[in-house]
Amino acid sequence: MKSKIFSFQSLTLFLVLIGAWACKPRGVQQAISSDAASKVYVAPGKHDEFYNFVSGGFSGQMSVYGLPSGRLFRVIPVFSLDPEKGYGYSEETKPMLNTSHGTVPWDDLHHIALSVTDGIHDGRWAFANGNNTPRIARVDLKTFRTEEIIEIPNSGGNHSSPFITENSEYVVAGTRFSVPMDNTNGDIPINTYKQNFRGTVSFVKVDPASGRMNIAFQILLPGVNFDLSRAGKGKSNGWFFFSCYNSEKANTLLEVNSSQKDKDFILCVNWKKAEEYLKQGKGKKQSVKYAHNEYSETKHMATSSIENEVTVLDPKELPDMVYFMPCPKSPHGCDTDPTGEFIVGSGKLAAIIPVFSFTKIQQAIASKTYDGTFDGIPVLKYEAVLHGEVLKPGLGPLHTEFDDKGNAYTSFFVSSEVVKWNLQSLQVLDRVPTYYSVGHLCIPGGPTKKPWGKYLIAYNKITKDRYLPTGPELTQSAQLYDISGEKMKLLLDFPTIGEPHYAEAIPAEILEKKSVKIFKIEENQNPWVAKGDDHAKVERKGNEVHVYMTAIRSHFVPDNIEGVKLGDMVYFHVTNLEQDWDVPHGFAVKGANNAELLIMPGETQTLAWKPDRVGIFPMYCTDFCSALHQEMQGYVRVSAAGANVPITFSTGAEAPQVK
Amino acid sequence: MKISLLFVASMITGSIFFVSCQSKGVKKEIPPVDITELTKNQSENHGKEVKEGDIVFAPSIDEAMAKRGNEIYSLKCQSCHRLNDVKLVGPGWKGVTTRRSPTWIINMITNVDMMLEKDAEAQKLLELCLVRMPNQDLNSAQARDVIEFMRKNDGVK
Repeated sequence: MKSKIFSFQSLTLFLVLIGAWACKPRGVQQAISSDAASKVYVAPGKHDEFYNFVSGGFSGQMSVYGLPSGRLFRVIPVFSLDPEKGYGYSEETKPMLNTSHGTVPWDDLHHIALSVTDGIHDGRWAFANGNNTPRIARVDLKTFRTEEIIEIPNSGGNHSSPFITENSEYVVAGTRFSVPMDNTNGDIPINTYKQNFRGTVSFVKVDPASGRMNIAFQILLPGVNFDLSRAGKGKSNGWFFFSCYNSEKANTLLEVNSSQKDKDFILCVNWKKAEEYLKQGKGKKQSVKYAHNEYSETKHMATSSIENEVTVLDPKELPDMVYFMPCPKSPHGCDTDPTGEFIVGSGKLAAIIPVFSFTKIQQAIASKTYDGTFDGIPVLKYEAVLHGEVLKPGLGPLHTEFDDKGNAYTSFFVSSEVVKWNLQSLQVLDRVPTYYSVGHLCIPGGPTKKPWGKYLIAYNKITKDRYLPTGPELTQSAQLYDISGEKMKLLLDFPTIGEPHYAEAIPAEILEKKSVKIFKIEENQNPWVAKGDDHAKVERKGNEVHVYMTAIRSHFVPDNIEGVKLGDMVYFHVTNLEQDWDVPHGFAVKGANNAELLIMPGETQTLAWKPDRVGIFPMYCTDFCSALHQEMQGYVRVSAAGANVPITFSTGAEAPQVK
Repeated sequence: MKISLLFVASMITGSIFFVSCQSKGVKKEIPPVDITELTKNQSENHGKEVKEGDIVFAPSIDEAMAKRGNEIYSLKCQSCHRLNDVKLVGPGWKGVTTRRSPTWIINMITNVDMMLEKDAEAQKLLELCLVRMPNQDLNSAQARDVIEFMRKNDGVK
């Protein structure tokens, strides 16, 4: 009898559980395949197969994960202050965040573009866009550091960026907000949008050797919103495709007002043609103002310069350069397949996925199969350029990535799923749920001519019940799927930083051998370097005190400093003399109003400190460097403004004498 | 690398414990943890081991070498090593060329991980100083220059 009651209770419990399941979002309890754990397990000491460079969204950072483990390796500050590394706080890195608006220490980092050669990942640079104060950054993949940031003029919201051409000739910047051009009077009523607001797409040239960026030209366009873009490749190399919405040209309540028309556009840009016009001097110089910041890995410091001119190409005067292609409805993603033949538009409000054919686009242009014009720009006839439509794929298509077998994978925000379909047949082959509301997708090599395939990662906007709760704020969830078979299989959830938008992944073997382990101290050209203790010193220059300091396990030279006076600005120029991998030293001084420094082996970094009171100020190494790390410390004596204390400095009785 | 010794030690302890658990009637056999396999990605690039006889001293100092050695000393060694017999972070260099063989010295400079793993004298020094002799990224020729400077410091003409 007892056991029967037990069974009855179990049954009740079972039913209650089923009831509870029914209330959960669809698919939440779907079991993952039993071998999932072994597929993502990377044993201690083993390395992952791929690096995954993930945008940090509103954190302004880029994070680096391993795949398939989902382990976080590095957070690279790009458009953000990072107290961990001193980025944006040290004197050497402050110029990186300069703009024409002054220091803008934050941005909204949306998309990643890894450099390519012949359309295949070459592992040199990762580019990222700043969405808010329009910028493009270049991260060096040898050092995993931000090496350059260029501001984009004539832009308001650099969303359609930094997508890259087949040989990394250009990264692009399409403005999300149309705005009055920078050289016009912007003090006008907002409701004169239709007359006065314009869009631009910028082509930023990338130097093939150094990676250095400069704005080659901008194309002046109608006042719509540019959203996302992809370069052509293979047969479509020389073309660039930009999705755009708000062809209604609304300037308020866009949620409704820019959703009126059944179709918006994908803009097709013949950038080789644009290059010809540029060469022929057909561009118009326009007076603008934008910052260009570069970090030198030999000087270990950044410089910022303001540039004053940009060249603008106007399609109204320069034909055969741009065309509009109708695309239903408010298109977001605009992705070209590995062959370059297909351009997939993902209309956020569309019930189908249109797939355009590059061959047909060329035929339509040749035969002028137009459907009128939009602001003087030819509109290609939808049916003439369409390869076909994927019917009933899901709700709210956003982005499409590709594998190496002729398949496409599209994310669906509203229906929270990834749908696999075939590019030729346009048949849906498989669908899997995501948890929840997926935005971007990433397949290693997915946007290139050579997808590495194997995995797909979904970057979800909503996390809800996937992890232990941490208050109202939840980390966003990424989900790793195995796509090696016919059916997609969920393998792993892992948390991400900020809100990841786009991400790319590259085989580890391309990067790991090139990774810089130390900076050679012999090659350090920082003007404030102390190459050995003989060069450690403290110098007064008026109200500035410059401390040339060395750091090695486990002491600073000098570590006793006197003669600083109230009103002085003290600069600690700390050189890490270590030459072994993974031995940074930190530096912090009490009362500093910025952050610490983290100085890599062979590097020099500078912390500015303005003492606010008379007294003794401790300073110490913040990175646990050796068993005697806790001994790595010193003192600065600060005297009154008019005091008579001379500058002196030392480390230990055996320290080199003052020179 | 910093933690590899500790790691290996804990893995050994762990696997012994594991094996002893396994022996108590649990049938399914689990192979012992392969430490070499688990740690093989953790090694650093060591310099090539310098063997006895690889280094030959001329009877008198090569001044050019000693000068280069002095420059390297100022940049990469002086922070921890004095030229007298005072121990700072590491031992003072006075008399080092008579205390140690040139092979020992050069391996401590270019191959410190190997020395700390194998060499009893090097291990004794680590116990004394408690700071690993850092890899200061010298090649063999540069290390040889430093030794020439040490000889000069020890009074060889």
